[in-house]
Amino acid sequence: MAFLEISDVRKQFQQNVVVKGFNLGIERGEFVSLLGPSGCGKTTVLRMVAGFESPSAGRILIDGKDVTPLRPNQRNVGMVFQAYALFPNMTVADNVAFGLKVAKRSPSEIKSRVEEMLAMIKLPHLASRYPYQCSGGQQQRVALARALAHKPKVLLLDEPLSALDAKIRVSLREDIRALQRSLGITTIFVTHDQEEALSMSDRVVVMNEGRVDQVGAPFEIYNDPATRFVANFVGTLSVLKGKVLDAKAGRIQVGKSEIIASRKIINHNVGDACSVALRPEAAVLENGHDLGSGRNRLGGTIDEVSFLGSVVRIRVKIDDDAISLDTFNNPSAIPPQRGAPVVVSFTPHDVLVLDGETKH
Amino acid sequence: MKQSKIGAWIAFIIGALYFIVPLIGTFEFSLRMKRGEYSFEAYRVVLTDPNFLASFGYSVLMALITVIMGAVLVVPTAYWIQLRLPKLRPIVEFITLLPLVMPAIIIVFGYLRLYNSSSWLPLTANARSTDLLLSFSYVTLALPYMYRAVETGMRSIDVRTLTEAGEILGASMMTILFKVIFPNVRVAILSGAFLTFAIVIGEFTMASLLNRPAFGPYLQLIGANRAYEPSALAVIAFLVTWACMGIINVVGNLKSNKRPA
Repeated sequence: MAFLEISDVRKQFQQNVVVKGFNLGIERGEFVSLLGPSGCGKTTVLRMVAGFESPSAGRILIDGKDVTPLRPNQRNVGMVFQAYALFPNMTVADNVAFGLKVAKRSPSEIKSRVEEMLAMIKLPHLASRYPYQCSGGQQQRVALARALAHKPKVLLLDEPLSALDAKIRVSLREDIRALQRSLGITTIFVTHDQEEALSMSDRVVVMNEGRVDQVGAPFEIYNDPATRFVANFVGTLSVLKGKVLDAKAGRIQVGKSEIIASRKIINHNVGDACSVALRPEAAVLENGHDLGSGRNRLGGTIDEVSFLGSVVRIRVKIDDDAISLDTFNNPSAIPPQRGAPVVVSFTPHDVLVLDGETKH
Repeated sequence: MKQSKIGAWIAFIIGALYFIVPLIGTFEFSLRMKRGEYSFEAYRVVLTDPNFLASFGYSVLMALITVIMGAVLVVPTAYWIQLRLPKLRPIVEFITLLPLVMPAIIIVFGYLRLYNSSSWLPLTANARSTDLLLSFSYVTLALPYMYRAVETGMRSIDVRTLTEAGEILGASMMTILFKVIFPNVRVAILSGAFLTFAIVIGEFTMASLLNRPAFGPYLQLIGANRAYEPSALAVIAFLVTWACMGIINVVGNLKSNKRPA
């Protein structure tokens, strides 16, 4: 049995079922992200683990103990909220000490633990400040220290980075991950930001309409999406209309050209319409130099060139569809001109066939 | 732009005159007790009158009791409605507004019918229980002001998230209420408290019909029998009310100065 076990959990608000048969086991010290669009039920799952919502059915076990009927203050979990939720009437040190005072720890223990936590978040100099005297990033660090001070069994993070600006978000997510690793605390992180989920997690749970669509390591989720929703939601995807010529051999017609998919096409017969999907980093412009045989090639014209800094995203129009592809910025090379004819090439392994499941 | 400013100033001056001229007139009249000279004789007479001190002291005490009872009733109610029963908010708002649309004389007659000495709960049977009934009446009368002030304070903080943050750290609801919520709506409670204080100090109808020796009936009695003292008392009552308002402002500013812009 996993350290944190969520078994057959369902949550219904009147007629609206927001979580449908949710199952997940999280090992001790694991960092798991719940990823999905707004309204997919990820926050409701987190709130059920915290005890703020009661499941309509199912059980939640922490370290072998059924916590489903327990109130939030009896579960020994820590939580960081999106809106920081620091107590405005207390200083930073008092905020961190709150849980310890509630647990009636000795004053000397509280003092040393608060100092330890503030040193851990690298803000010992802010101990006597009030929350409104700290920046958003500092407040969220304090919230993290407060959540960890009473040594909870599980740490819950409810979109803790979404209220911060981009630079602080990146630095804080690295800090959170480093802290989680050093403390070895079991963590559930809720986010709708795929970059955060992919960069921080041991495993990612992609949720859609109250269900788990896929659970896996970030690499697996990105490269081998189990459903069309996961493929679309995680990362950027170009989708082309196709027709299956030979399902076993993976032959597909796209426009007037034929391409090969190395993954088996299941649930499709010859002549069926299908969707062919490509990640932007999988496709390259051949620009006259041959990249070798065995590659798929589609002809088209440059439709749009977007400069994103280190990366240049190029959209190539192919019949009625388009493929987006990423190239590294090369200051000595002139970006391709709009309307220029080009050949886009990609390997059969990179082709995802989305209508129906695709498996290796 | 300039014309609209002039218009605004004219409206302001007319409004100010409407309030200030009668007050100046009352103040000026209160200084004329000694024939042919201005003096504070009327104030001296009033302030040395043992009935003044007794009635004022009684009303201050009733106001303090009302404030405590009002806060104990309103703060947990507003907190619970904000946290768990937001759908009940319109109903509670309607109930708290009733004392504004229902004249005090109707409320007090209702009390007298319900709690007279031959009723099942004879609150008017002796002086102490009538005092209790009077303080209940004052709580009702001050409910619109107290509830609105506290509710506004509750809305200005994220009550739900702060409560959840407290709960997840192991705190009970009482600990959260007293350590987290109360301190953060302190200014709102104080505003409600001072408004309640100002209302109770000058209240006449309820105290008079319940036959209690409050400041309001004393004011009426003096007004009916003396010439200059009622004006002095009116000015004193104004000063007490304004002092309450001033304290609300000072406390509010002290708090808001601590906040970032």
